Amino acid sequence: MDFELNQEQTMFQRVVRDFCEAELKPHAAEVDEVGDMHWPAIKKMADLGLLSLQVPEQYGGAELDTLSASIAVEEIGRVCGSTGLSISAHNGLGCGPIVRWGSDAQKLAYLPQLIGGDVLGALALTEPHAGSDLLNGATTTATRDGDEWVINGQKAWITNASVAPVISVLCRTDKEAGSRGFSMILVKPDTAGVTVHPREKKMGLKGSPTHMITFENARVPLENLLGDEGSGFYQTMQTLDSGRISIGALSVGIAQGAFEEMVKYALERHAFGEPIANKQAIQWKIADAEMELEAARTLVYKASVLKDSGRDYTRMAAIAKLKASEVAEKVCFDAVQIHGSYGYSREYPVERMYRDQRLMTIGEGTSEIQRLVIARGVIKAARG
Amino acid sequence: MSIIVFTRSTPDTAAKVEVDGSGNVTWGDAATVVNPWDEYALEEGIVQAKNGGGKASVIAIGGEMHNDALKHSLAMGLDQAIRVEDDALDASDALAYATAASAAVKKVDDAKLVIFGKESIDVGTDQHAYMTARKLGWTMLSYVSQIIEVDYEAGTIKVEKMYEQGKQVVTSQLPAVITVMKEINEPRYPSFIGIRKASKAQIPVWSLADLGISAPTAKTQTLAFNNLPAREVKTEMIEGEPEEQARILVDKLLEEKVL
Repeated sequence: MDFELNQEQTMFQRVVRDFCEAELKPHAAEVDEVGDMHWPAIKKMADLGLLSLQVPEQYGGAELDTLSASIAVEEIGRVCGSTGLSISAHNGLGCGPIVRWGSDAQKLAYLPQLIGGDVLGALALTEPHAGSDLLNGATTTATRDGDEWVINGQKAWITNASVAPVISVLCRTDKEAGSRGFSMILVKPDTAGVTVHPREKKMGLKGSPTHMITFENARVPLENLLGDEGSGFYQTMQTLDSGRISIGALSVGIAQGAFEEMVKYALERHAFGEPIANKQAIQWKIADAEMELEAARTLVYKASVLKDSGRDYTRMAAIAKLKASEVAEKVCFDAVQIHGSYGYSREYPVERMYRDQRLMTIGEGTSEIQRLVIARGVIKAARG
Repeated sequence: MSIIVFTRSTPDTAAKVEVDGSGNVTWGDAATVVNPWDEYALEEGIVQAKNGGGKASVIAIGGEMHNDALKHSLAMGLDQAIRVEDDALDASDALAYATAASAAVKKVDDAKLVIFGKESIDVGTDQHAYMTARKLGWTMLSYVSQIIEVDYEAGTIKVEKMYEQGKQVVTSQLPAVITVMKEINEPRYPSFIGIRKASKAQIPVWSLADLGISAPTAKTQTLAFNNLPAREVKTEMIEGEPEEQARILVDKLLEEKVL
């Protein structure tokens, strides 16, 4: 067992960190304040490969292993949660399903544009009344009419919807078939009958656009079906497994950013005649944060490596995401605490990080769902 | 047509560089970076090679630590990297460096342009660039802020050079050696695909025998490294109303001849 990154991964990490420090960090507060990403930086990401993390080289992608992709998302999250979320969603949810299940024609039609830096990808699963329970609750339908699908319904909390040239939409195509009755269909947001609603007003991650989408008799060609008809629910579960690793990585990144701010401030701030870093009460928080961060990062890396090994990683992805998201909350909480009143003010970045991390235990499956996934796995194995 | 860029690994500018108890320069565990001035040279090398339909090579002179800078260069998009190392070569001496550098340039096919960053940030010197030009017998163009035109057929290059007083446009014969300023371009980040290629690349090492030269005699000798003397800082808080504070501050600045 070797816990060292290889030379290639070390070089990736360094380049991504240099990029994030120079191109994203100086704009992170503004991105949060204004509620939009810093697009010149997104454009530059294309050349590096940050917009095509796991897209095959033949389509112009960086074709990275999952561990490197996790490192990239972690590094972006370390300086800017909003950008981290949008880039994570773009790669894992936007590009991921097209890479995995798209036909050659679909890949050629969408991937070059998706990775070019002017747009970001999106996936629409959640609905206003169905999040954790998509199987029973999702009501968006697609019915065949001649050579077209006719889509009706509503999707909610869709990251990047307003900046995506195409969205993979989970639709019920056979109401009687249960989990075999869903299909993923590619829909361009400018299709007649599709409405992308204004940005949601959120607690954090404000620079990352989140939207509701309505479909009213929206017609798309039959060939926009992604993969096999009836496999949509299966595709969703696969995509979420992989997305969880990425949200775990993003959580580690946000926590790492807060951790660094915490230590820096503890050394700067004096009380009772010395830096507060000398005080045991502060040291314990720093020690706990370091320990939890190491644990979370190790789990995210392990889930990443497991995924690439081709083995079942569902449980490990849930474990990594659950741990990392809860660590992010704790570390950001303590980072604010160490900053005192300044931590509650927008003058210091930990205020933003604390708000940004709050989504981590909700998106890509709540902590409650992660526990369900983990426990089911354990019990199923114990039953044999 | 070949373009050659010289680079080196230097301590990260954020690292704390000091002389340790044994008189050696150290920067702890901090990583090295490409000499920051060389990033502009490397970018220009890539651009000029592409524009001229040629090949861009990067050369470092010195030990294995410079492989990091060479790999970074390859990841940016330079076509090939070479390292020159020989136990008999003291590359810290500018003239010895230039002797090896010029021999290495001659070994590369059809070299027309050599590009250096403005200076080496670690040792704060740029004389090796001028000496390399002299050893090659090529034109030297320093502080270039823009390459306006290169005509390989006519064998000319037209550049804009920066001076403290302003700018100067000159046309010169090729081959030439230039040093470039940060105004010349915006260096690209290495791409992930470039990193993959670079991490797998084997970097050839040329010895002095490979270059066909004998060890140049170093004209300078490093006797010792010393830390800078610690600076004494005195802080004085000026009391009073803002107007009073401003008056006292101005008086003090005049007294210290700051104003």
